[in-house]
Amino acid sequence: MINAEEGVFFLTGKDFTNAGAASSSLKGVLEKRGVPQDIIRRTAIAAFEAEMNVIIYAVAGMMKYRISNTEISVTIQDMGQGIPNIDLAMTEGYSTAPDYIREMGFGSGMGLPNIKKSTDHFVINSMVGEGTTLEFTIRLANGDKERA
Amino acid sequence: MNLAEILSILKARMLTDQVPLQKTVESAYCADLMSDVLSFSVTKSLLVTGLTNAQVIRTAEMAAIEVIVFIQGKSPDSQTIKLAEEKRIPLLVTDLSMFDTCGKLYERGLRSQFHHLNQAPIITVRAQSL
Repeated sequence: MINAEEGVFFLTGKDFTNAGAASSSLKGVLEKRGVPQDIIRRTAIAAFEAEMNVIIYAVAGMMKYRISNTEISVTIQDMGQGIPNIDLAMTEGYSTAPDYIREMGFGSGMGLPNIKKSTDHFVINSMVGEGTTLEFTIRLANGDKERA
Repeated sequence: MNLAEILSILKARMLTDQVPLQKTVESAYCADLMSDVLSFSVTKSLLVTGLTNAQVIRTAEMAAIEVIVFIQGKSPDSQTIKLAEEKRIPLLVTDLSMFDTCGKLYERGLRSQFHHLNQAPIITVRAQSL
């Protein structure tokens, strides 16, 4: 068994050059730990969608992760505009992204639904004018493979 | 389908150096919307896209896509190519249109295999070396 591990990455709004760097680092941590590929992929996809949301919509934010022997949990908290209607935001295809974001290939309204689809547990809390916090968990079916 | 076959079928050029050339793909996905790629694509696949920014490389990295083909002679900037080299993802560019690119690959037997909307993701379990 290997120890639980945690860390944090800071995210800057509109920094499109480094957009994805935090999720990439998290992916690296999971690879180093020997987490199964399909679980890494699901975590990376959910983290990247959440990271892009912070880059696109917020001023700044942070991504915290904790990996235990049974699950990976990630919290993405931002200082941003908040989401007025979460049900609407969770609808596939619904987006408020401006055109320049769509030109980059994002803002098609699949982000939040995709995070939900990729994770085992997903909670979203938002306050208009203050920011949004996402928390998701992905189970490590039989714990880290180092236990085997 | 391997990299050499893809290069020949699409009369494509390699944009990246120092990436593994032994890559093979089992399916292909085509989109300019990166969220669609993240939502619907599967591993061991080829991405055909007209978008050339760094987010395409990041998307491929997260979705574990093996190879990216840019269409209509569109090449990304050198920084984006460098990122792909770091992530060991081969980048190809073809002068063909997106329609012809997909058509030629389909003709040679490549198919899409994607997560259908409102359907649980297909989780491919591979043998892991311990």
